[in-house]
Amino acid sequence: MPVMGLTGNYAVAHAVRLSRVEVVSAYPITPQTTIVEKLSEMIEKGELNARIIRVESEHSALAAVYGAASAGSRAFTATSSHGLLYMHEVVWWAAGSRVPLVMAVVTRAIGPPWNIHVDHQDIMDQRDTGWIISMAQENQEVLDLTIQAFRISEDPRVYLPMIVGLDGFILSHTRAPVDVPEQELVDEFLPPRRQPYVISPETNLVMGNIAPDDVHFLMRYSMAEAMEAAKRVIEEVDREWGKLTGRSYGGLVECYRCEDADYLAVITGSWSGDAKVAVDKLREEGIRYGVLRLRFIRPWPAEKIAVHAEGKKGVLVFDRAISMGGYGPLFSDVSATLYGSRISLEGVIAGLTGVDVKPRDFAEAMRRFASEVDEKGFVYKPREWLLPRKYRENPEKIREVARIWS
Amino acid sequence: MVVNIRKLPDKPYIMPGNAACPGCPETMGLRYVKMALGDNVVLVIPAGCSSVIQGIAPRSGINFPILNIVFAAAASAASGMKAAFEQQGKDVHVVVWAGDGGTGDIGFQALSGAAERDEDIIYICVDNEAYMNTGIQRSSLTPYGAWTTTTWTGKKEHKKNVPAILISHGVKYVATASVGYPADFIEKLQRASKIRGFRYIHLLAPCPIGWRFDPGLTAKVAQLAVQTGLFPLYEYINGVFRLSPIARRYKDPKKRVPVTEYLKLQGRYKHLLNKPEEIRKIEEYIENTWRLIEALEKTFTEEGGRGEQVFRAL
Ligand SMILES: Cc1ncc(C[n+]2csc(CCOP(=O)(O)OP(=O)(O)O)c2C)c(N)n1
Ligand code: SF4
Repeated sequence: MPVMGLTGNYAVAHAVRLSRVEVVSAYPITPQTTIVEKLSEMIEKGELNARIIRVESEHSALAAVYGAASAGSRAFTATSSHGLLYMHEVVWWAAGSRVPLVMAVVTRAIGPPWNIHVDHQDIMDQRDTGWIISMAQENQEVLDLTIQAFRISEDPRVYLPMIVGLDGFILSHTRAPVDVPEQELVDEFLPPRRQPYVISPETNLVMGNIAPDDVHFLMRYSMAEAMEAAKRVIEEVDREWGKLTGRSYGGLVECYRCEDADYLAVITGSWSGDAKVAVDKLREEGIRYGVLRLRFIRPWPAEKIAVHAEGKKGVLVFDRAISMGGYGPLFSDVSATLYGSRISLEGVIAGLTGVDVKPRDFAEAMRRFASEVDEKGFVYKPREWLLPRKYRENPEKIREVARIWS
Repeated sequence: MVVNIRKLPDKPYIMPGNAACPGCPETMGLRYVKMALGDNVVLVIPAGCSSVIQGIAPRSGINFPILNIVFAAAASAASGMKAAFEQQGKDVHVVVWAGDGGTGDIGFQALSGAAERDEDIIYICVDNEAYMNTGIQRSSLTPYGAWTTTTWTGKKEHKKNVPAILISHGVKYVATASVGYPADFIEKLQRASKIRGFRYIHLLAPCPIGWRFDPGLTAKVAQLAVQTGLFPLYEYINGVFRLSPIARRYKDPKKRVPVTEYLKLQGRYKHLLNKPEEIRKIEEYIENTWRLIEALEKTFTEEGGRGEQVFRAL
């Protein structure tokens, strides 16, 4: 199997090609753009036998691939940030229809001001929609997850659309060695498309007309059930992919140095790598952390988190997004999962709007939490801020900048 | 091509359990669509009366395969659907059936995009000149003077001319039609169905609820709109324009029915019937409409009658 130097976005494109997608539609937005560019090239050069619809907006991009998927074809789109917000209405419509579909979300901050750099606000905004949401740590995982996404989404136990999340620039525009599997291997792994129904003259079906409220309620209920079923499917798919390629990631979560740890850092996405470096460093100081990297945000890996957290002194959650007036989205869910456990909990908001979080920043937050737990025995702090380093070191500066809007 | 309606298939396309009001122009139109195009059709319907008319799932009172879609995305969903059928090697008519709001307002961007890309779909705007589904609010296609629940003293702006905008997109086929003239509408649908690329039909659909007229008069009001010259019927195929035969005589202002005959049937115009200056505004609109028609005729009619040949060939 050839190893290629691929950016995260090109890894997505190759995965889409190998998955024999039939209809692609997307609208340019940084940092997603190179996905649609690469797919256009592949289609025009005949490397991928698909139709590409060069729509006038993201709302239309998702509607177009939804139309294609409803008619029975494997379809794909990709977007970021404002594009994802703009298509939000269709994000809900597609999931509620139970039509299998795959979308790559290249994470990016939301304005104002305009900002093309990474955070997780855009992807976290989709948590309630009914899409399965995964997050990759590196480019190889991006390719693997994208191929797996079709398999998971089209599994009759699931029939929900799936988002593959990859961090803007950190993955999307950074080249790394990626093992690109042979077509035969992917064909063996990915069966022909299955879906619950097809809209066509032969089937004469109607999708989406008004239903009695109790039926609609049951549709919502069955989506939630399908999300639960997806947990099992995700684990199975991960194991099977492991058998075929030697790459298995642990399913819903990946645990790094968790077993003998006293504390867990819960995190998702590419910056998990920096958290792991921090963990290695803290071990030298005798502070024992492990990293629980969430590979999936939806379905929420509650059982896995509970098992891995058991017996730990504390769990520190890093969020690269915030629900304004509330907490970091991962923290809220971790807190619900560990309710009643007497494990200390802290939520840290960091790395918003593309601000880099280095291993030493992670280490600082981890050290602080561990010593506070050791000192007090039990800590529950739902929202702590890890501000950019220069403001942490010089809080006077905060007031200087804040003068603009106060 | 002349259509004999009696010889067309008329299976139960509109069935008991549909939720349309009596005298609904949308169900009339839907029936003609199926009579014209047969069974090899999938409809894409955005929010609007026609999404409600279908009745309650898991049944449907409209005997079509239908993909319902969010308000602004009909043309895009249809584009994707058509691409999928093409990839599968199936030749299916993908037909958008959208209201004037779903076409000229919120769905306009998607429509313009699909038209410019020359997607191989038929887009029908069923124009009842307001947002009826949400209770008669004005749209950009509501005509001057009409009462709606957001224009209590009558709309102050004229109707947006969407078919003319579509001609400017350079699409393959644009036509106007009226539910008052089913044979003409069906003929246009059949002609459109033989062309590849983006096809747009603007169907005038007088709504007894929103326009405030007797539900028995839908067809009559739809005919009067044409006979007064307010709504000219025409076709544009690939650079050739012609007035539809039944509408040609109304090119002559003397042959037109006075517009008040049309206005007085409709409660939405009640407040302006005894205001001559308001009626004059509407008459001016008719004159301007025909000025544009003449310009289109002049621009898109070719010497030597090639135009007629284009139409006869289809
Ligand atoms: C994004 C969005 N905004 C508003 C609505 C509410 N809405 C549903 S139908 C409709 C008006 C439909 O008007 P039109 O397209 O003219 O069709 P008609 O009902 O007259 O057939 C509106 C405003 C909606 N469904 N979606
Ligand atoms: S309001 Fe008008 S268009 Fe809507 S269903 Fe009733 S009659 Fe038909």
